[in-house]
Amino acid sequence: MSKKTIIPIGPYHPLQEEPELFKLYCDGEIVKDIKWETGYNHRSIEKLSESKTYDQVFFLVERICGICSTSHPFAFANAVEEIGSIEITDRAKYIRSVIGELERIHSHLLWVGLAGHFLGYNTVFMWAWKYREPVLDLFEMITGNRNSYAMFRVGGVRRDIEGSKIPTIRTILDDVKKKADLLTGAVMDDPVIHARTKGVGVLTRNDVIDYGAVGPTARASGVAIDVRKDDPYAAYPLVNWKVITAEAGDVFAKAEVRLLEMYESISIIEQCLTGLGKTKEGDINVKIKEIPAGMGTGRAEAPRGEVFHFVVSDGSNSPARHKIRAPSYVNIATFKKSCIGQTIADATISLAAVDPCYCCTERLAVAYDIRSHKKIMNAAGMIEHSVMKTSELRKNI
Amino acid sequence: MGFKSFCFKKSLWVFHFGGASCNNCDIEILDCLTPRHDLERFGIVLVGSIRHADVLLVNGSINTRDKDRLLEIYNQAPKPVLVVAIGACGCTGGIFAEGITFAGPVDKIIPVNAYIPGCPPKPEAIIAGIVKLVNNS
Repeated sequence: MSKKTIIPIGPYHPLQEEPELFKLYCDGEIVKDIKWETGYNHRSIEKLSESKTYDQVFFLVERICGICSTSHPFAFANAVEEIGSIEITDRAKYIRSVIGELERIHSHLLWVGLAGHFLGYNTVFMWAWKYREPVLDLFEMITGNRNSYAMFRVGGVRRDIEGSKIPTIRTILDDVKKKADLLTGAVMDDPVIHARTKGVGVLTRNDVIDYGAVGPTARASGVAIDVRKDDPYAAYPLVNWKVITAEAGDVFAKAEVRLLEMYESISIIEQCLTGLGKTKEGDINVKIKEIPAGMGTGRAEAPRGEVFHFVVSDGSNSPARHKIRAPSYVNIATFKKSCIGQTIADATISLAAVDPCYCCTERLAVAYDIRSHKKIMNAAGMIEHSVMKTSELRKNI
Repeated sequence: MGFKSFCFKKSLWVFHFGGASCNNCDIEILDCLTPRHDLERFGIVLVGSIRHADVLLVNGSINTRDKDRLLEIYNQAPKPVLVVAIGACGCTGGIFAEGITFAGPVDKIIPVNAYIPGCPPKPEAIIAGIVKLVNNS
């Protein structure tokens, strides 16, 4: 029998920001098995939530994850509003959707950048992050902070988007659209990116259904699930948009889905801004007297997939039980299908393709020798390996 | 010129330790290095190993699982090393300080040279903090 090696990726690595440990069990260069350890990011959020009032929980849940810091409050608001059968105003719905979609644009740009970095395309990384800045400026203008927006509350939103800000938002969005065209063109037409991502980390339609994957990971395999369509909330039923899917299920398809989703998001925001013009300024809140006893579920489509919150209320001013399920939790399990049988260099990008978010789920990877359990390569080494493969390919194309 | 200021006179290499964080500070740190702020102009580079670093950036609340790893990373750092606690969680534990798994804040575990508060601190604030730290050491 040949010798097997374990490659640990993580828990601490300079560009995978979060702590998480992956162990790749390798036979030569081929990944035979993968295991992961979590817990480096456990912050006892569900327990903390029980000690906070409904208004305070929003600040807590948006700090579950800084990249999807709208999705969690979104799902929590949906859950609490289900308990109290609260109907929010149209203006609040539009504002919620604007913030949700802006977040999707910035998150997808961030992913394109990181994926570029893993392939050894640091130019893509720098570009994507540069084009992401105007989106963050928009956030700062609307909410006062670049991340963690604190826009949500039970029964509406905290701040209005005044009519005077709308022209500026439109101008910046037009600019982001042009930059997205440039980036999409650069990624879609690059022969090296094609060679590195097509047929790599393939998830079939059945794999996605078996593992219950969600978000762009599922949509790239032809499964058209999107909470915004399947269980409409906020302003999504009020605007025209379509669910982007791809058939191939490989890394390229996942990139394609994310890039095209950015255009849908821009279109949704523009329609929402038009909608805002038709509603009365300042009409953003419904007064809530109390949350009755009962339970409610809230779903929201985060940039990575479905966020699920379950809240039990006992009639007091804080949740009696709060259960959270983040999209990466289910998506990470698909590594068993997408990475096994790949080479180590391809495993790096397959892992990144899911856009795993461990602060949501709870990041780091290293490679071990299967027999001796000795560390042979760390995450930096793996990226270097991936970069080497790209540069060799580039010579041949 | 003392030995310490001699050590930090030239390009600072930075190692980033993200504890149990929400990623906000992490992406703002990366943001400092990308084109708008572009700290690499000044030779500030993110390195993959603490053994190459002059500065250890710590962000996020530290939980019981991270605690020993943080201590080990600090022990591996070539001294003198500057430790910077970034964000509300790094400075005090922030909103997670009451959590059952919380083992920090950072200054309870390792000595800290500078605190940069904010949730998350803006890239400008991070840069200002590092400049102050270098000027004062």
